[in-house]
Amino acid sequence: MIRFFLKRLALTLPTFFALMLVTFMMIRLVPGDPIEVRRGERGISPERLAQLRHEMGLDQPVLKQFWDYAWGILHGDFGTSIISRTPVLHEFFTLFPATLELTLCAMVMATLVGVPAGVFAAVRRGKIYDQALMGAALTGYSMPIFWWGLILILVMSNTLHLTPVSGRVDLIKYYYQPVTGFALIDSLLSGQKGAFMDAVRHLILPTIVLGTVPLAVIARMTRSSMLEVLEEDYVRTARAKGLANWRVIGVHALRNALIPVITSIGLQVGTLLAGAVLTETIFSWPGVGKWLIESISRRDYPALQGGIMLISAAVIVVNLLVDLTYGLINPRIRHGH
Amino acid sequence: MALLDIHNLTVEFSTGSGAFRAVDGVSFTVDHHEVLAIVGESGSGKSVSMLALMGLLPWTAKITADRLEFDGKNLLTMGPKERRRIVGKDLAMIFQEPMSSLNPCFTVGYQLTEALKTHMDMSKAQRRARAIELLEQVGIPGAESRLTSFPHQLSGGMNQRVMIAMAIACHPKLLIADEPTTALDVTIQAQILELLLKIQKDTGMGLVLITHSMGVVAETAERVSVQYAGQKVEEQKVGPLFAAPRHPYTAALLSALPERATMKKLPSIPGVVPGQFDRPQGCLFSPRCVFATDLCRTTPPPLKEGALCHYPLLNGRPQGHPGKEAAA
Repeated sequence: MIRFFLKRLALTLPTFFALMLVTFMMIRLVPGDPIEVRRGERGISPERLAQLRHEMGLDQPVLKQFWDYAWGILHGDFGTSIISRTPVLHEFFTLFPATLELTLCAMVMATLVGVPAGVFAAVRRGKIYDQALMGAALTGYSMPIFWWGLILILVMSNTLHLTPVSGRVDLIKYYYQPVTGFALIDSLLSGQKGAFMDAVRHLILPTIVLGTVPLAVIARMTRSSMLEVLEEDYVRTARAKGLANWRVIGVHALRNALIPVITSIGLQVGTLLAGAVLTETIFSWPGVGKWLIESISRRDYPALQGGIMLISAAVIVVNLLVDLTYGLINPRIRHGH
Repeated sequence: MALLDIHNLTVEFSTGSGAFRAVDGVSFTVDHHEVLAIVGESGSGKSVSMLALMGLLPWTAKITADRLEFDGKNLLTMGPKERRRIVGKDLAMIFQEPMSSLNPCFTVGYQLTEALKTHMDMSKAQRRARAIELLEQVGIPGAESRLTSFPHQLSGGMNQRVMIAMAIACHPKLLIADEPTTALDVTIQAQILELLLKIQKDTGMGLVLITHSMGVVAETAERVSVQYAGQKVEEQKVGPLFAAPRHPYTAALLSALPERATMKKLPSIPGVVPGQFDRPQGCLFSPRCVFATDLCRTTPPPLKEGALCHYPLLNGRPQGHPGKEAAA
């Protein structure tokens, strides 16, 4: 198991390097640079422009710039944001917990609802429930996220007054120091009455909106995987042992059916981490997604590069975890088959 | 009273293009301590009739029978919950493909003790001890260390031994072996058959051996039921069957044995078992039978002298046959 882990870890290093190179080059392909964006309508003299560029090292050959940047990252230095003048790493880790919390909640909801729904649809194949569920999944999958979010706000918050419209916590009623950065945990730690429930209420709508697409994907994936597995010989063997139906389906079939589903869950986490941008914007969620969008429009190279690198690192870690779970759940992979 | 009593069992599958009759009015009985072989080519409904007995057919299958009794209990009127108390305990089955019949995600030990946990009142330690005992009984070396192995770490022959151990775990009264050696190496085949027969002798359980190999039948069975295209065409004790087959199909199967070949070229039966769309009107074997006449091709045969045939054989000669010209 440890060898398996180390092997997987070593394999992520080239991925990370390639990512660094691509991000670095891509950003420099976009017209404009941090100086041009900031010079405003009145403009500045070419001498001043050259001087500012020189100060930031932007007049160096691109390969030299890349080398300096890579060297910095190797030493744990992700640079300083041009706009806010704070270290990128610090800024990222202030914002990341909000994104992570939202992503995890969305994923947990999608898995807890999607897997049982998919299993149920597979067992009731072709019946009304199956067709209704798969129809709903297709609708969920093709739902425009921003529209879905607005509709939910309109109905749940505006009309029914069940949930708050935006943000992570009701700042007028509650205030607590961020300890972990997770609203759910911090509100509990603060000991204020009602703070936790308030954080939960703030999470509900963004979780539903962000979780809709993965929920649909997981449900469909589970169903098709389950249908395949239910035809396998070992499922027949399990039935031939006289095991209860739930045991045949929930243990023998599900464990095998989950293997491809876990991969898709892992991939979804990756896309969600990076793609929470829309949801964060709709609900004014103070996460990494919003920050990245702002960095792009300001051509904040260090923040953007660092942000993408760190998000990618998170995705790589998630994929590594998925691979490890894979090994846990599927012994054939663990033994190098 | 017979241990297993099946009378006029029919299994139909509803398909997109109408019903397909996989088993057509099959009857047979198995006694305690008896070995019955069911022989026939692929597609003759051997496995399906046994899967119907076990309740393992998909929902598209429609099962009807005059009688389907095991150990004095009527399986036709039994609910699924009640049936699960019998299946896996008194009535066990092993399958053709040992590699795919074991769950790749669970250890041998887990899969072995699972049936014990379901059917027997045993503690965890007792189950473990019984699992080791079972693995030793089926001849797996290093039984204790094998409990933590996964199926993919064992060979096909070893996996089939595990399957056998699983099937006999709860001391079944009847074991159904569905082509247990087909997927194995020739050298292993004999070992597995020997093992099955030894266990049968030691425990006194009934054994139904489904096979398409007459060679296997000769070595193992006491009584033989020959099936063709879902119908039972002949049933006899193994000695008389080999000495004097009644049905032309049985005779053709026997003459296809390499040991019995008299010519340089091994005889074979031309054609294949009819499927859903090319089912003949009269005798189902008539398109492939050397003796078939117009009567055979138009009228379903009666059960004559233990064979489903218009002209059952006696010493290799069809009785009452109008002659070679009529068969052309």
